[in-house]
Amino acid sequence: MTGRFNQAIETARCTGRWQALLLCMALLLLPYSVWAADLDSALAALAGASLSKVPAILEEVEAVGGEAAVPAFTAMLEGDLYYRRSDKRVVRAVRDDAGQYQLSDPLSGASLGASEKSALRKVKVSNRVRIHLRGAIARLTLSSEDPRQRLRAAQNLLERPDEDNLPLLRAAIETETDPDVVELLQTALALNLLQTSGDSEARLGAVETVAGSLQPAVRNQLQSMVQRDDDGNYGEEDAAVREAAQRALVTIDSRISFYGSLETVFFGLSLGSVLLLAALGLAITFGVMGVINMAHGELIMLGAYTTYMVQVLLPQHIEYSLFIAVPAAFVVSGLVGVLIERSVIRFLHGRPLETLLATFGISLILQQAVRTIFSPLNRQVFTPDWMSGSLQINSVFSLTYNRLYVFLFALVVFFVLQLVLNRTSLGLNVRAVSQNRSMARAIGVRADWVDALTFGLGSGIAGIAGVALSQLTNVGPNLGQAYIIDSFMVVVFGGVGNLWGTLVGALSLGVVNKFLEPVTGAVLAKILVLVFIILFIQKRPRGLFPQKGRAAE
Amino acid sequence: MKLSKYFSKAALLAGSVLFSATLHAADTIKVGVLHSLSGTMAISETTLKDTVLMMVEEQNKKGGLLGKKLEPVVVDPASNWPLFAEKTRELLTQDEVDVIFGCWTSVSRKSVLPVIEELNGLLFYPVQYEGEESSKNVFYTGAAPNQQAIPAVDYLMNDLEVERWVLAGTDYVYPRTTNKILEAYLVAKGVDEKDIMINYTPFGHSDWQSIVSEIKKFGSAGKKTAVVSTINGDANVPFYKELGNQGISAEDIPVVAFSVGEEELSGLDTKPLVGHLAAWNYFQSVESDENEAFIAQWKAFIGDDERVTNDPMEATYIGFNMWVKAVEKAGTTDVDAVEQAMIGISTPNLTGGVATMNKAHHLSKPVLIGEIQEDGQFEVVWETDGLVDGDAWSDFLPGSKDIIADWTAPINCGNYNTVTKTCSGQNM
Repeated sequence: MTGRFNQAIETARCTGRWQALLLCMALLLLPYSVWAADLDSALAALAGASLSKVPAILEEVEAVGGEAAVPAFTAMLEGDLYYRRSDKRVVRAVRDDAGQYQLSDPLSGASLGASEKSALRKVKVSNRVRIHLRGAIARLTLSSEDPRQRLRAAQNLLERPDEDNLPLLRAAIETETDPDVVELLQTALALNLLQTSGDSEARLGAVETVAGSLQPAVRNQLQSMVQRDDDGNYGEEDAAVREAAQRALVTIDSRISFYGSLETVFFGLSLGSVLLLAALGLAITFGVMGVINMAHGELIMLGAYTTYMVQVLLPQHIEYSLFIAVPAAFVVSGLVGVLIERSVIRFLHGRPLETLLATFGISLILQQAVRTIFSPLNRQVFTPDWMSGSLQINSVFSLTYNRLYVFLFALVVFFVLQLVLNRTSLGLNVRAVSQNRSMARAIGVRADWVDALTFGLGSGIAGIAGVALSQLTNVGPNLGQAYIIDSFMVVVFGGVGNLWGTLVGALSLGVVNKFLEPVTGAVLAKILVLVFIILFIQKRPRGLFPQKGRAAE
Repeated sequence: MKLSKYFSKAALLAGSVLFSATLHAADTIKVGVLHSLSGTMAISETTLKDTVLMMVEEQNKKGGLLGKKLEPVVVDPASNWPLFAEKTRELLTQDEVDVIFGCWTSVSRKSVLPVIEELNGLLFYPVQYEGEESSKNVFYTGAAPNQQAIPAVDYLMNDLEVERWVLAGTDYVYPRTTNKILEAYLVAKGVDEKDIMINYTPFGHSDWQSIVSEIKKFGSAGKKTAVVSTINGDANVPFYKELGNQGISAEDIPVVAFSVGEEELSGLDTKPLVGHLAAWNYFQSVESDENEAFIAQWKAFIGDDERVTNDPMEATYIGFNMWVKAVEKAGTTDVDAVEQAMIGISTPNLTGGVATMNKAHHLSKPVLIGEIQEDGQFEVVWETDGLVDGDAWSDFLPGSKDIIADWTAPINCGNYNTVTKTCSGQNM
C-alpha cells in the first residue's frame, strides 16, 4: 500500500495538484472499498440461506467486517433484515405508516427507496441464530464508545462464558473506565478463573472478587463448588476455598431472599392497585349511593375499548395515546353511566333487588353491543414503549414499568377522587345526599342531579380503570366480568361508603394473594382469599372501616 | 265459505311444502356441523364451521357424492357442554344426518360421546386432545399426545439441550392429562423430579407477575430451561407480555405452546412472542401445492385476504376428504359400512404428505415445531423425519400402557388390554 501511495505522490508531482488530490483520495479509499465489498458479499450470502447455514455465514461476516457489521447484526436481531427477491440484495426494511417498507443499506444506513412487502423475503432467524448474534454483538461492542452498549456486552459475555473470549475480556478490562462494566468484566474473569485455574490461592482470590455479586452465574458457580457430585467429591477440592465459597453463598442467598420478599410485596401492591382501580368507581356508586351496579364491569370494558378506539383513530401517536384515552374514557363511561342512571336506576330507588336485576340486564346488553360492533374477538391494544420492559435494580430484582405506572396511576386517581369528594361543592352535595336525602333536598340540593352526577363520576372512574387494564389484560367483551366480583369483594371488605377502606382493602388483598400464590398456586390462593373474606364478613359485617354514627343507619 | 277455502288452501300449501321437503331429503346426503357459534369458544369454532361449509360447497361443485348433493345442517351448541349432547341427539334423530363434524373442547366431546354411541352416529373430531379414548363412532383427526407434546419435548431435549422443565397449564382436563403424560415421559428419560416445575392457573388468568418471576428464578439455576405451555385461550397474551416485560427472551427460556396457532395470533401484538415456539401438525407457512390451493380457496370463500388457516382446519379438511373417500368406497352412507371403510383410507394432507387412518381411529401426521414470527406466522425450525402414527392410549401412563384400540376383527375394541386380553367396554 505504501508503494502505491508513493506512486501516487510521484504521479501527483507529474500532473496537476487537483487531479493528484483526487487520485490520492481514491487510493486512500481503495482498501476501504475492497474491504466493504468483502463485507457486502459476505453479507449477501444470507439471502435465502437455510437456517443451518446462517451461523457459518455470520462468523464470516464477523471476521471480515468487525465492528462495521454491528448495524447489520442488530437489524437481523430485531427481525428487520430482508432481501429483495429481484436481485437478492440484503437490505434493512422497516414498515412505515403507509404500509410500505422503507429500505436501507444494513451497513451504511443509506436509503434504498421504498418497496412492497411482496418484493421482499425475510432473512431467516431462529433462537439459535439470535443467541449467536447477541454473542457476536457483545464481542464486537465490548470496546464501543457507548457505555450502555459495553455494559450489555459485558453482561452477555458473563452469562454465556466461553474460553475463547478470555483474551477479549482481559484486553477490555485494561481500557475500561466505567465502574459497572469493570465490575462485570472482573466477575466474568473471576468465574472463568474458578472454572479453569489449578492454583487454589488464585481461586480463593476469585471467590472474594465475586462474593458480593448477585449474578445468577456467580451463584451457580459457587453452588457447584460446594456440592458433592455423584462420586461424593466436592466440586472444589481445597477446603479453604470451599469454605469461602460457602460463606459467599450464604450472603448471596440471604440477599436474594430479601429481594425476593421485596418483589412479592411489589407484586401484591401492583395486584392491589388493579383491584383498587376497578373498585374505586364501585366504591362511589355502591358505597356512597348504595346502588348495586352489576354493569360496573362493563363500564370498565367501555374504558378499555375507548383506549382501543383512540389508538385506531391516532395510529401515529401510540406513545401518547394513553394520555388522550384517560379523559376520553372518563367521558364515555361517565356519559353511559349518567344515561343508565337517568333511564333506569332513578326509577328503582330504594329497591336493591330490582336494581341488581336491571343493571345485570344492562351489563348483558352492553356486552352484546360491543360484540356486535367490534366482533367477539379480543382487540389489540398497543403498549407504548415507555410502558414496556422493566426497571432493573439489580440482577435479581426488577420492577416492570407497566405495573409500576399502573400502581402510581391508581394512587393518583385515588387522591384526586378524595379531593373531589372532600374539597368541592359537588363532593359536599354528594355526601349530603348520601347521608340524608330528604334533609339535603329540604335545604335546596337537587338530589336528582346529584344522583346522576355521582353515578356518572363513579362510572367515569370505572372507564379510567379500563384504560389501565387495557395495558395489563385482554381487551374483549368479557373483560368486565373478570373484575366485577373482585370489585364488590374489595368494597365490601374495606367497608361500604369509605374510600380509605377501599384503598387499604384492595392493597392488603393484593399482598395477601401474592404471598399465598407461591405456596398454594394461583387457583387455591384465590379460593383462600374468598374464604377469608367470607369469614371476615361474618365477624365484621360492615367491613374494615365501618361508617359510624347516624350516617351508618 | 271463505274460511274453509282458506283452510284448504293452507293445507294444500303445507302439503306441497312437506312433500317437496321429503323429496329434497331423499336427494341429499346431510352433513351435520356441531360447532359453537356463540359463547366463549365461538372465536375458534366458527372458523371450523366455515371450513366444513367450504368443503361441502366444493364437493357439490364436483357433482356431490354417490350422485347426490351434500346438504349441510348447522346447529349452534353455544359453548354449552350439555347442549352439545342435546344438539347431537337433534341432528341424529330429527335431521337424520349421515355424519357430524364438530366439537372443540374435550369436555364437549365427552358430552357428545354417550349420545353418538347410543344412536350409532359418526363424529369427526378435528382438534388436538389428551388421548386416552377411542370410540367406534368417532374419528380423531387432530393430534394425540404422541403427535404433539412428546415430539415437542424431544426437540427441546435433543436440539436445545433443555434440562429443566416448567409445565404450565390452564386448570382443566387437557392440560392436566397432557402434563401427567409429559411428567412420566420426562422421568422415564432420566430427568430429576427437582428439575420439573408444574403450575396451573385458572381460565383467563391475567396476573402473571409472580408465576413468571418464579419461572425466571427456576430458570436461572445454570441449566437450560424451557416452558411447555398448555395455557389455553386468551390467558396467553398477558403471559407472553409479562415474559417480555420481565426480560425473559425466547433465547433464555423458550416457551413451546400447544394451543397457540395462527388464528390466536392474528390481531395480536406479536412483538413479545417472537422466537417462542409452537408444536402443530400444520402451519400456514408450510410450502406445498395443496396448501397454497387450500389457502387461496379459503381466502376466496371467506372473502377476506387477511384470514389465516390453522391446524384444526387442516384436520377438518383431512377428515372431510377421508369421509368422502370412505363413502365412495362403501357405496353407502351407512355408519357401520363407512366406519369399516374408513380404516386404512389415505388422503393427502396439506404439508405435502399423506394421512392414513389407523385401526384406533387416529391419523398418521408429521410433527412440526415453528418459531413465532413478527407477522403472526410460524417459521418451521424442526420436523419429524416421517409421519407419526396417532396413539390413542399413551405408553407413558401406568394405567394405559398395556391398552390399545383396534376397531378391526377380531379385537373390535377401543380399550383392549394386551396383557389380560380383555376388552373393558369402549372408553373406560
